[in-house]
Amino acid sequence: MIYSTLNSNYSFVDKLKSVDYFLILLVLIIGAISVFSIYSTESGDFSFYTKNHLIRLIAFFSLFLALSFVRVSTWYRHAYIFYLFGLLLLLLVIFFGISASGSKRWINLFVFNLQPSELMKIAVIVCFARYYHRIQSVDIESYKYLLQPIILLLIPCYLVITQPDLGTAILIAGSGIAIIWLAGLNIKYFIYSGLLLLVSLPFIISVLKPYQKSRILTFFNPERDPLGAGYQIIQSKIAIGSGGMHGKGFLQGTQSYLEFLPEKHTDFIFTLFSEEFGFIGSILLIFLYALMIYRIIKIGFSCRSFFAKLYCFGFSTALFLYVFVNIAMVVGLLPIVGAPLPIMSYGGSSMLSIMIGLSIVMSCKIYSREIISN
Amino acid sequence: MIKRNNNLDKNKTINRRLFILGTAKVGLLGLITSRLYNLQISEKKKYELLSDKNRFREWKTPPKRGVITDFYNNVIADNKRVYQVHLSLDETKDFNNSIFKLKNIINLSDDELSKIYEKKQKIKPWDTIVVSENLSWEKFSKLNLYLHEIEGAKPVLSTSRYYPYSNDLVHIVGYVGDASPDDIIKNEKIEKNFVPGLKVGKIGIENSTDQILIGNYGIKRYEVNSSGKKIREISYKKETQGENLRTTIDIEAQKLAQKLLENKAGSICAMDIYSGEIIAMASSPTYDPNKFTYGINKKDWNEIKNNKLRPLVNKSIAGLYSPGSTIKPLVALAALEYGIINPNLKIKCKGHDHPYELYGQKYHCWKKNGHGIMSLRNAIKQSCDIYFYEVARLLGVDRLAIIAKRYGLGSKVLENIFSEEKKGLVPSTKWKKQVLEQSWYLGETVITGIGQGYIQTTPLQLCLMTAQLANGGFKIKPNIIYNSNFNYEEILSKIESEKNKPSKANILKDKNINFYEKLYKNPKNIKIVLDAMYGSTNEQFGTSFRSRHVDKKYRYAGKTGTSQVRRITDKDRELDLDTSEIEYKNRDHALFVAFAPYDKPKYAISVLVEHGGSGSKAAAPLANKLIKKIIDRDKDREIIRKEIKII
Repeated sequence: MIYSTLNSNYSFVDKLKSVDYFLILLVLIIGAISVFSIYSTESGDFSFYTKNHLIRLIAFFSLFLALSFVRVSTWYRHAYIFYLFGLLLLLLVIFFGISASGSKRWINLFVFNLQPSELMKIAVIVCFARYYHRIQSVDIESYKYLLQPIILLLIPCYLVITQPDLGTAILIAGSGIAIIWLAGLNIKYFIYSGLLLLVSLPFIISVLKPYQKSRILTFFNPERDPLGAGYQIIQSKIAIGSGGMHGKGFLQGTQSYLEFLPEKHTDFIFTLFSEEFGFIGSILLIFLYALMIYRIIKIGFSCRSFFAKLYCFGFSTALFLYVFVNIAMVVGLLPIVGAPLPIMSYGGSSMLSIMIGLSIVMSCKIYSREIISN
Repeated sequence: MIKRNNNLDKNKTINRRLFILGTAKVGLLGLITSRLYNLQISEKKKYELLSDKNRFREWKTPPKRGVITDFYNNVIADNKRVYQVHLSLDETKDFNNSIFKLKNIINLSDDELSKIYEKKQKIKPWDTIVVSENLSWEKFSKLNLYLHEIEGAKPVLSTSRYYPYSNDLVHIVGYVGDASPDDIIKNEKIEKNFVPGLKVGKIGIENSTDQILIGNYGIKRYEVNSSGKKIREISYKKETQGENLRTTIDIEAQKLAQKLLENKAGSICAMDIYSGEIIAMASSPTYDPNKFTYGINKKDWNEIKNNKLRPLVNKSIAGLYSPGSTIKPLVALAALEYGIINPNLKIKCKGHDHPYELYGQKYHCWKKNGHGIMSLRNAIKQSCDIYFYEVARLLGVDRLAIIAKRYGLGSKVLENIFSEEKKGLVPSTKWKKQVLEQSWYLGETVITGIGQGYIQTTPLQLCLMTAQLANGGFKIKPNIIYNSNFNYEEILSKIESEKNKPSKANILKDKNINFYEKLYKNPKNIKIVLDAMYGSTNEQFGTSFRSRHVDKKYRYAGKTGTSQVRRITDKDRELDLDTSEIEYKNRDHALFVAFAPYDKPKYAISVLVEHGGSGSKAAAPLANKLIKKIIDRDKDREIIRKEIKII
């Protein structure tokens, strides 16, 4: 009963007290680094990209702070609606979406172009957290409860793949699977599906778009087409490698300054950062992300409700996935699939989804004592 | 309870699962870290190199050519400032549009336009194309006005070869043009310094001294972006100008020689008889080398190529002519040296009615009425053919060949400077057997004695022959490029002191003689010949008497020659036509060789006028004028010589 009173009556001071200021600090530091990096992509010119990025950062950071005070139970209650809303937006893309460089991913919101697949990354986590919150651990393995989340995951993934956007689809699927894993599904299912994936790999490859196939082939041997598909990865490796221990210095990255680096403000922002700040800078940035992930996990531990816990752990894993996939991609450990680096990369939707995701984490922290009944 | 258990259960599971995930995350972060370490620390050098390769691009800049001067420091091949327009292909989005605009502003012809498109095919997409190599100031300033409208166009101040004395020196200096693939293969210096836009010598001194004249190219290192656009200059190693070159030519003498040959086909050569320095070497007709610098147009080229007087042939070194009577001093010398005749040998020339006969073949003197009784001196002076038929017969062609070769006939005078230089031909019995596979006839010896038949010489060879007689019979090394190692005074005093001494060596054998060594056996014989040449010019009945100088300062000695271009028939002899009445191509070549001043010889000269008629009428008067000029300039020449030595 004590809990229930606490449930309903959080004083404002209490709330402020329980805010995780360290997490906010981390977001601000990475945010600041991102602004300087985008500034550097414009050769030290405070113009279009830097301005936009700064405005978005301020706007979405404010949104993050504001949404942090939304009760975690509210997120719980509206989890499916959030998911359906995301799905609806993905469907809208099919009909009203705007295309750029061969793919249809965005909806024009006048202020900026929203990429619903980015929102879906968070929606899936919230939805799954709710889903597994109410299921008894004994039921998890029943076919009914096994099939439902798979369907919930397949629908958005299919919609995103057909845009086409393999990178985001993989990240959505990855976060979903991470939550299923955390919820406690028997390991054998993961082993089986892993084997199944391996077996069906030839089939998957056959349905891939030619450019996707070429990217994967190029990943294994970038030199097969140094001016075409292999160009990005070769130039990215040159930029990072030539950065050395200390980097070439702020605004001194020749690879990006001389436009050898493709998509330097979005997917390859880490390359630019790494070229200018070297091994030390890169490790520091990765450490900041690791710290953020650690902090989110810590919050998860402090949460009383399973929903909040599952969400925090799930989101931290997703965040790790985003960071890992992006960096592994630009250093040549993974094929180029198109995945932004959270907060650092230029792009409103990615920033928005990360900030919403973080605000739910913060909400979990502020309302950590809340118990959510089934 | 169930619920509570369930929650505990779920929490236990999630913690365990999170731990496994966490471990995986740490592992993956480790993977990324090691990858970064690998890229940024272990392989830093490799990627740094690749990055530099990306960002730096080098452009070579053509070196300036060395300047060529005459002996008196007058520049005869210069570098002129020119206005050009270049088009950077990397900064030109629409090539056709830019060219079209340029065409309208600087009036490019269709011919030039097609050349530009041709060039574009051959160069790299970030290279620069030279649209116009030589714009007038008006067009250049007009272009600057419209420059902002033409993408990639760049006004450029450059230098190009310029020949201030255009027509007067083309056969000597030659001209430059774009390096052909052949030029690059043949010449190492060109290969090493090849830059698009490099001009190389095509003929003449420009060609043979490319090694000296071409400097080293410069390197401009630029930082470029991914599309090859130049961002900024990183370094500039300046190109170096090639070395300057001094020739032995006197431009004033050369100009006069060229003028004397105006509207004629022929050659005039003049040489210092001690240093072998060529003072003038004119060939006519001539043409303008400046037309070749930017590639000659078709019309001009056809005009030069189709000219019947063959301006492209450097007649001084590549024109082969029978020496005619100019060889008589040499025939006389040979006969004296071998002791075949003595100077007092008398032979009677009885005119056309009683020609010289040998095995039924008749040989006529040029003089219809005959010269009467001739001694050696008179025979040279009046150029009696009958006398030399007999001398030649007594001498024999092989002995004549030894002496003729010794004095410079039958081999190249300047060796490597002019690729087109010809050797000529000094016939001998051996030569005929080997080359024509026939036996020698005595009749052929007879006509060789008056410089007809197989014998072929270049005007420069005749000049050298005269020089080597005039200096007292010493072998000299002809040169057209100034040799700073040559010690004039030393050589002069050596020759002066040796002049009157007979040669100790067995000089009459066919053997090589070193430079500045005696070519003769007995100095008296040389004096006899030179004295006879004096008579030929300065005494009445001498063949060049009418062209003499009275003033002792300019007084010279010479020998005329008239070489037949075809066999003279009895009918011709009957008609006895004046030169002007004969068809041009059948007229005789007029020749003249001389040395001056007679009292203290210093210069030798040879004149040849193709189809000019007789040597005394067509060739000797030209020598008269040039000799005066050269002697007038002699004082200055010696002043300059001293100045050069001090430097």
